[in-house]
Formats: sequence, structure tokens, C-alpha cells
Amino acid sequence: MALLDIRQRTGWLFMAVTVGHIVLISAQVSTKRGVPVLEAVTFGAFAEVQRGATSAVSSAREGWQNYFALQQIRQENERLRQEVAQLRVGLQQERMVAQQTQTLQKLLDFKASTEWQTTAAAVIGSGASPEFRTMTIDKGTQDGLLAGMAVIAPTGVVGRIITASPRASKVQLIIDASAGAGVTVERSRVNGVVSGVGMTEQIEFRPGLIELNYIPSTADVKSGDRVVTSGTDGIYPKGFVVGEIQSVQPEAGELRIRVKPAVDFAALEAVLVVLNSPSVIPGVDDAATADDPSTGSGSPRPLDKLGVAPNSVEGRAESRGEAR
Amino acid sequence: MRAAGVFIAIALALALQTTLARFLVGGSAAVDLVLVAVVYVALTTGPVTGMLAGSVAGLIQDSLSSGVVGIGGLAKSIVGFLAGAFGQQFIVTAALPRLVMFVAATALHAAVFMGLYEVLDLRAFPSPGKTVMTQALGNALVGIVAFTIIEALPGIVERRRAGGRGRR
Repeated sequence: MALLDIRQRTGWLFMAVTVGHIVLISAQVSTKRGVPVLEAVTFGAFAEVQRGATSAVSSAREGWQNYFALQQIRQENERLRQEVAQLRVGLQQERMVAQQTQTLQKLLDFKASTEWQTTAAAVIGSGASPEFRTMTIDKGTQDGLLAGMAVIAPTGVVGRIITASPRASKVQLIIDASAGAGVTVERSRVNGVVSGVGMTEQIEFRPGLIELNYIPSTADVKSGDRVVTSGTDGIYPKGFVVGEIQSVQPEAGELRIRVKPAVDFAALEAVLVVLNSPSVIPGVDDAATADDPSTGSGSPRPLDKLGVAPNSVEGRAESRGEAR
Repeated sequence: MRAAGVFIAIALALALQTTLARFLVGGSAAVDLVLVAVVYVALTTGPVTGMLAGSVAGLIQDSLSSGVVGIGGLAKSIVGFLAGAFGQQFIVTAALPRLVMFVAATALHAAVFMGLYEVLDLRAFPSPGKTVMTQALGNALVGIVAFTIIEALPGIVERRRAGGRGRR
């Protein structure tokens, strides 16, 4: 009963009476703009209520829309991620194509600059055995390739064809232990023979180096000298870069000379095959096939028996003329 | 019983105010008998009754006047409530405290009443101090007299009754 007794709620009662009077006064009094105060106050109060309600509804709607927007953004993000991944793959492919184009352009330039008749071929594989440093190119006898033809690259000598099938050829790299080439030290015009080193020698050698042999200890040879083909072996045209002398060590009346090949065989993608190589003569294919190191029965052309002749830069034109 | 007394007091004050006020002090409202009645009721019954009495009396007074209905009611409600609360907290039986109470009540009533009119820009009260003070003193005088008469009334009646029984 105490709750219902208004005498126990004096403050509330006072407030109610006061508010009642204010409302009553407001109903009769107008503002300066002629609107009754009650109406103005009521409108103002309800306007605030409406504002609050609208704000709440807007917030809820915005939250809902944002939620959906986030969902869409999530899907879009996923889609964009996939797109980025695809683009990255595409970019890598484009880079690869660009590199290939660059390589081919170099090859083309080189082909245009050389006087030998050449044909370009792509490297499609490498040797199956580490003992034999070979690689496979995508052209064969159908394209006019024969065993014994020299294979070159813009940076230098690569090797020679040892087996030619109709659509592919096997190339013995110059770093193979069985490979050899007649060379000249460009600066001092000293002639010699370069040959690759086997697995055993590679332990002593830095991998990828070749050896320059038959150089007397009195010869003028030093590190940094460039070694070029002499053309005396009947395989490689004269004047192509083979490599650069890495080290020179006297050994038993001779010099043990290590040469770093000019060609990076690991990065080789395309090569040029010299079609009118001096060694290419009818019937040589059979002999070259017999020399195939993969068979283990053949031996390389005996370069030491080729009769390495002195060579000079001036004599190149003459040699080229002979080759032609 | 108390409600009836309050109602009678208010009604009597209203009746006297509307009929006799024009004869007091040249016809100007120097005494607000309704306010005196409200203060009396508040002091004798408490804040709630005082407030309700002030509210009803003020509303009636407003409705009988040409002013805004509610302003007088609000002013008298506040006065009735505060006077009742004050009367409950302090002993207001001597003449001086009652005088102070009536003066303060009148001043508060005038402040609320005139203030609301001024705030609402409905009427101006230029220099109301003298008028309010005059009315406050008049209300206080009437209130003290009223208190004295009402408080003395039971004793007078008793003595008359006792005197009548003695003569017989």
C-alpha cells in the first residue's frame, strides 16, 4: 500500500504537478513564430525521437549493408587473389618469352655477323650421363645437319654434332673429356689443343673448366689470355672464342693451362650449327656416329694428329675463303 | 475531514479574493488571499496537501483571471510544496517565523509568476519590487491575523460554551 500512497512519493508528485502545469501553460502560449509552445516542444521532442529512431534504423541498415559489402569484398578479394596468381604466372611466362626472344635475337645478330652458313637450333635436352657432356638440339638431318658439324653460340664454341637423327642431333660439348679443338692464344698466337676433363680430373679442376695442352713451357701464355679456334682441326671454323685462360702452371716441361669456357653451358637455350664446316664431308656421319661417346666405343677425332698450323687474325679471311 | 477543511479554506479565500480584493488598497491586488490560504494549508497539513491545494487554487484563480491558465497554479504549487516542507522541518508557530514565511512565500510566488510571464514574453512587470514587498507584507499581516483567529477560535468557542453553562 505504501507504494500506492502518493504521500510517500512527494518528490514524484511534485514533479508530476509541475510538469502538468508546464504542459498546460505550453498549450496556451505561442512562440514568437506563432506556434504553440506545447506543439513546438512536442514536435521538438518527437522530432528527436524520430531522429533517434531513424538513426537507429540507419545504423542497423548500414551495418547490414556493410556486412553484405564485406561478404562481397571477401569474394572479390578471393577473385583478385586468383587473378594476381594467374597474372604472376603470366608474367613469369612473359619474362621467359622475353629472355628467349633476347637470346634468339643475340643468336640472330650473331648469325648475321658471321660469314659461315649456319642454322639455328634450340636445345631440347642434355646428356643422360655426367661422364659424357652432351646435349640434344631440335634439328637433324631433315634440316641439313650432319655429324661433325660445329655448334657455336654468340659467346663462343659449344661443341660438335656427334649423332644426327632426322629431327634431332646430339652435340658433344667442348667440355666433354673426349672433346677437343685446335686453338690459338689470341694475344701470342701460340697454338695448342683444348680438351675437356673427365670426372676424375674435375676433382682437381673447378667444374666446367677445360685444359689447354701441348703448350711448351717457354710459350708466352698468361692468365686472362683469350683462346680462339685455330681452324686447323677441320671441325671448328677459325677465330671463334673458346674461352679465357684461368691459370698457368709449369709441369714436366710443359704448361698446365686451365681455360674457362666462354659459353655458359648451363644457360644455353639456342645454338647455331655451322653447315659448311670444314669437317663435313659425305659419309662422315657414320664415322661420327662411331665416335659417339655414349656408346663408349668411339674416340674423338684425333686433334693432335690434325697438324696444328700457325694461325693469325690476318689469315682468317683466307681461311674463311678456303672454308667456303 | 482535513480535505473538506482545505477545500473550505480555499473556497473561502477565493470568494473573499474575488469579492473583497477590490476594496483593499484602492482596488489593486495588494493582498493575495488565495496565496495566504495555500500557505496556511501547507503549514498546517504538509507539502503534498499544500502543493495540491496550491495547484487547485492557482488553476481556479488563473481560470477566473484573464491570464494563462497554469502559471498561477504552478507558482502556488511550488509555494505550497516548499512551505509545507519548510513547516515540517522547522517550528513555525510564533508570529515572526510566520511573518517571514508569508513574506518569503509571496516573494517566491511573485518570482515564479512574474518570471514565467516575462520568460514567455506575455507580460512585462517593470520594477515589481515595491509591489511585491507591499503584497508580501499585506499577505503576512493577513496570514498572521488569520492564524491567530483560527487558532484562537476553538478556545473562544469553548469559553463561550463554558460561560453559557455557568449562567444557567
